[in-house]
Amino acid sequence: MDLTQGTLQEKNNRAKKMMLWFGIISLIMTFAGFTSAVIVSSSRPDWSADMQLPNVFIYSVFAIVISSITFILAKRALKQDDRKKTSILLLITLVLGSVFITLQFVGFGQLIDAGYYLTGPTSDPKASFVFLIAFVHILHVLVGLICLVVVIYNHFKQKYTATNMLGMELAATFWHFVDILWVYLFLFLYFLS
Amino acid sequence: MSAHADTHAHDDHGHHHKETFITKYIFSIDHKMIAKQYLITGTIMGIIGVLMSMMFRIQIAWPGEPNVLFEALLGKWAPDGVMDADVYLALVTIHGTIMVFFVLTAGLSGTFSNLLIPLQIGARDMASGFLNMVSYWLFFLSSVIMVSSLFVEAGPAAAGWTIYPPLSALPMAQGGSGLGMTLWLISMAIFIASSLLGSLNYVVTVLNLRTKGMSMTRLPLTIWAFFVTAIIGIVSFPVLFAAALLLIMDRSFGTSFFLSDIFIQGEVLHYQGGSPVLFEHLFWFLGHPEVYIVILPAMGIVSEIMAANSRKPIFGYRAMITSILAIAFLSTIVWGHHMFVSGMNPFLGSVFTFTTLLIAIPSAVKAFNWITTIWKGNIQMNPAMLFSIGFVSTFITGGLTGIILGDSALDINVHDTYFVIAHFHLVMGISAIYGMFAGIYHWYPKMFGRMMNKKLGFIHFWITAVSAYGVFFPMHFIGMAGLPRRYYTNSAFPLFDDLANVNVVITVFALIGGLAQIIYLYNFFVSIFYGEKATQNPWRSTTLEWTTPVKHIHGNWPGEIPHVHRWAYDYSKPGHDVDFVMQNVPLKEGEEELQH
Repeated sequence: MDLTQGTLQEKNNRAKKMMLWFGIISLIMTFAGFTSAVIVSSSRPDWSADMQLPNVFIYSVFAIVISSITFILAKRALKQDDRKKTSILLLITLVLGSVFITLQFVGFGQLIDAGYYLTGPTSDPKASFVFLIAFVHILHVLVGLICLVVVIYNHFKQKYTATNMLGMELAATFWHFVDILWVYLFLFLYFLS
Repeated sequence: MSAHADTHAHDDHGHHHKETFITKYIFSIDHKMIAKQYLITGTIMGIIGVLMSMMFRIQIAWPGEPNVLFEALLGKWAPDGVMDADVYLALVTIHGTIMVFFVLTAGLSGTFSNLLIPLQIGARDMASGFLNMVSYWLFFLSSVIMVSSLFVEAGPAAAGWTIYPPLSALPMAQGGSGLGMTLWLISMAIFIASSLLGSLNYVVTVLNLRTKGMSMTRLPLTIWAFFVTAIIGIVSFPVLFAAALLLIMDRSFGTSFFLSDIFIQGEVLHYQGGSPVLFEHLFWFLGHPEVYIVILPAMGIVSEIMAANSRKPIFGYRAMITSILAIAFLSTIVWGHHMFVSGMNPFLGSVFTFTTLLIAIPSAVKAFNWITTIWKGNIQMNPAMLFSIGFVSTFITGGLTGIILGDSALDINVHDTYFVIAHFHLVMGISAIYGMFAGIYHWYPKMFGRMMNKKLGFIHFWITAVSAYGVFFPMHFIGMAGLPRRYYTNSAFPLFDDLANVNVVITVFALIGGLAQIIYLYNFFVSIFYGEKATQNPWRSTTLEWTTPVKHIHGNWPGEIPHVHRWAYDYSKPGHDVDFVMQNVPLKEGEEELQH
């Protein structure tokens, strides 16, 4: 692929997409830092190997995976110029994203009820990591939600067309990223003994 | 054809913006102005960093003796002009932080990536001028916060630039661990954001906005170096961010990621089970690539300047690119060599020894290529060329001791001594500063439309070169004699009494070298207004930045962006009347592009 070709507009659009991808690489590295810290710490003497993740985290996995699918369907609907369907699917995505965040906080509550604390003298190192990593992930979902709100606003303003929907594509890419990221984090924390 | 016309119409867009003082000089989105902003901010930070080094050198040479400079600059931290022990640590810490991050990362990459990427690849500006502006202002903000931490009641951060816990994790550990450390962390978090925004911009600009004909293998080596540097930044800075977040959690919210059972002033703290070694792992996963973030741009700059001033093509262009890529890859798997004495498994240590020593190969390839580039060249001696040659010299001198330090068995003997100080100052500190000076002397006409004074440049180079070796060469020997780093005085150890005189010699050179920079600063700032007016291509160079008009315009080229027909190093090519052919000159009939 010769990237020197194309109009300035095409080049700029491509540049924006790539910028997001490289940004995602840097976010992946942040979480790689966290998860490798977990691996190193798992050999600590006070590591509680029997700690279970809250059940509700499984539901949050479903919530965010389905939200990704609805986002894909929304994009497909827009390509077919079905604006109404796009709106509905985008709103479902928004709701599912909010449900995800709510479920995460419910999960935090379950952890605390089970006696696992983030900080303080009775805190548990594994729980500290779970709280922190899940919370930093929630921040990323929040950013995704803000982007989604902007996309929905622009969609209602009829800014996207079947051929020109860069903003929505960027938001979707980021949304899929936070989705896959949580699936990875969940599996990682789940299977870590 | 219509697509082309379309481009052109679009390109012209933006030339006729009305510029006010604020949009032109302050919140500018023009890459050339942002480059200058980075340079000036970096210079100011550099002055602060160098002043600090002069102060702690005076202390180490004449420990405990009152000094008017201390009294004037340190105030209550130097009662009767005698430097306080804690302040010594703080000075060392902030000197390291400022020089590594603010001068040699942001000052170097920020200046030259911004200036040269669009100009040398043939683009109107960066992919996102706005993000570029945000990147600079975040850098400015982080600089202000870092400098403001110097004025905190209990002093700035004093845990070393590597901010190992527990000194950095317990606010009550020492004076600088309180607000000073908090400000350090805030400043660095903002710095990381700035650096990431900058890096994202550099990478996508290089990939997407090259002019027609500018294939990756026709790029000047400067661009390759900036490109790879930005990628290293994208991959490694986030890990420091993760480490800093865990550290903040330990500091402020009572987790025990890095802290284990600890007593402070007779009081038992609640922390348990954590390990500072985990922080070291995370920190050095950034920390080691960071030294290549510092040195690679300097390597690119030097390659460019050496070819232009030898009037010869760069030797081994593809080998140069390969070695940049190899260094970048290896830089991410060698961090353990900073931790040989941290209780690492010796087997793991030998793995890190192996990967570390591998770096010698691409480094040697580059060093030999520079030497063969100037070999039998028609060498033009100007300050930029001298600093480039100086770079190769200090890079080799410092690199050789790297082989010793990279070996876990040898490192143990000199770990945390002045030997290490000598090594890394020569190989990345002085070398990168030389690269930066070379770049400034070379591209000054492009930045300011005027020339710097050549004679002052020569004086600047020779005093700097002699005093840099004067400072760091003897440090190898006191390091091998066992003198530890970071001690504010060695007078308590009779063992080191014989080395006291060496420390005086080092300090004298440090003071001379530091003061010599005034010549440079004078030359730099006065030439902006009174320097000789620059011609369009003063160094008779081949790259695209010299096809733009001397007077800056937004969008870089008044007409269409030139197309590229050849690589960047057609110097002294047979069959041409002049000894350089610019990249935008089409191949003559029957002329073949040099196989490179």
